[in-house]
Amino acid sequence: MTDLAHEPAPAAESGGSDRLRRALFRFRQSRLSVIGAVIVGIVLFFTIFGTFLAPYPDQVAGAVDTAARFQPPSAAHPFGTNELGQDVLSLVMAGTTVSVLAGFGVVLIGTVIGTLVGAVAGFAGGWTDEALMRFTDLTLTIPSLILAMAIAAALGPGFVNMVIAISLSWWPGYARLVRGEVLAAREETYVTAARAIGASPRRILFRHILPNVVSPIIVKMSLDMGFAILTVAGLGFIGIGVRPPTPEWGTLLSLSRSYMPDYWWTAMAPGMAMFLAVFGFNLLGDGLRDVLDPKARR
Amino acid sequence: MPEPILVIDNVSKVYPGRRGMFGRSAEVQALKGISIAVDRGESFGLVGESGSGKTTLTRSILHLEQPTSGRILFEGRDLATLSGAELRRLRARVQIVFQDPYASLNPRMTVQDIVTEPMVVHQDVLGLGGRQRTERAAELLSLVGLGPQHLRRYPHEFSGGQRQRICIARALASGPELLLLDEPTSALDVSVQAQVLNLLCDLQDRLGLTYFFISHDLAVVRYLCSRVALIYRGELVEEGETGRIFDAPETEYAQMLIGAMPEVSVPR
Repeated sequence: MTDLAHEPAPAAESGGSDRLRRALFRFRQSRLSVIGAVIVGIVLFFTIFGTFLAPYPDQVAGAVDTAARFQPPSAAHPFGTNELGQDVLSLVMAGTTVSVLAGFGVVLIGTVIGTLVGAVAGFAGGWTDEALMRFTDLTLTIPSLILAMAIAAALGPGFVNMVIAISLSWWPGYARLVRGEVLAAREETYVTAARAIGASPRRILFRHILPNVVSPIIVKMSLDMGFAILTVAGLGFIGIGVRPPTPEWGTLLSLSRSYMPDYWWTAMAPGMAMFLAVFGFNLLGDGLRDVLDPKARR
Repeated sequence: MPEPILVIDNVSKVYPGRRGMFGRSAEVQALKGISIAVDRGESFGLVGESGSGKTTLTRSILHLEQPTSGRILFEGRDLATLSGAELRRLRARVQIVFQDPYASLNPRMTVQDIVTEPMVVHQDVLGLGGRQRTERAAELLSLVGLGPQHLRRYPHEFSGGQRQRICIARALASGPELLLLDEPTSALDVSVQAQVLNLLCDLQDRLGLTYFFISHDLAVVRYLCSRVALIYRGELVEEGETGRIFDAPETEYAQMLIGAMPEVSVPR
């Protein structure tokens, strides 16, 4: 019976890295998810370095050059110039920071609130569950953009207020997802075992249940990033988000709207940037789901 | 005669029917006045078919569920009267090994985390520091036939039999006196079953454990247990010495059950 102890187990000391390798392999199987990862990589690169790499940094800060208004795309201005003679490429590059960070902030805050609400509701059950989930349903019935507009109007415009405003309508999706996952995980035998050991409810929730429900949360975060960026741009578009001169994709798009048919390039660049970011995050999310949540694979 | 370690005194459990749109569904009577006494150091077998109330009884002993009526006493003390802190201390002394070794280990925890968890939870009783816990975990693993090299691995890297050994190590970690074994071998291959049963016998000799062994496998019960109780639909049908029950069953149900046991003729 002791011979079992010396039985050569596969993947001897490298259990963790082996699993990572297998996950990477599965991820690389799908070309689309790799493309998504590359796009997200580029977007994140510009999020960090966009402001510094912009060819006309002073225009990012708000400088204007009215002599060069509405110049079509050229070597000096690959995406042309806008109504103030600013280089559109520079603005879009610098705008990545605000748009993506805001989107990330929204998803992060939404995840934290939603996970807490959902986990407590699913774990506690009874009237706590009822109360929390009815409150979640109530939040779901309020149109998110309108709620965000109301909050932004109450708190005043600005980056932080915009992120808070959108987050407050963003978390119900996470609460419902997490509650369902917690309800399922709570009945697992290892949770009963932890209970029989005498572990506290907090320990059971944070050590045994939550670690086993992170995969769907991460997948949803990645899929949501694109929509969050769109929502942020939407708020910018209707003029509640970040104020010019701070460049932001939605604001850029909204300003160029009035010059649309003739000076198309002013809208083209921010629009394409948004499209690429949303597209990339969605592809990445799909790829992550294949790796982390094999049950949901088509 | 010494006091029994576990007394189950006239325990009944009724699950209320669910109230649906069209009135109430019938209530389920899982246990009907069960009385059993388990002596210290013995192996007591509980035999019953699926749905006979075996699992409800284990859950009640672990105090994961309260019986509708009747008492469960551990060393003479009624579980229902214990305070929260006393109950927690009691949990260190009554442990369980579940049927399915694939479901009863948290896939996100290493073997070390799994085996040391009871020591962390019962820190106040056991008083082990971080390093001592690791040492004790290694000790426990070697006790169940695994080695310290397995500490850093995750449950999915082990076979069913090895996982059941990890479950046994976890159950032993808090130094229990009574071990509930809820069909610990029925999910395993026959050859591995024998190894795990031998391990259990071995551990009982070395640690002086009391086993409450739940099974529907009569051969296993006959091999391991000194006394047996048969339950059928929540009622105690027959109870007695293993040899007596298997050789001369009194009730009709026991006769039928034992008559249905596959015979293996041993060549002499």
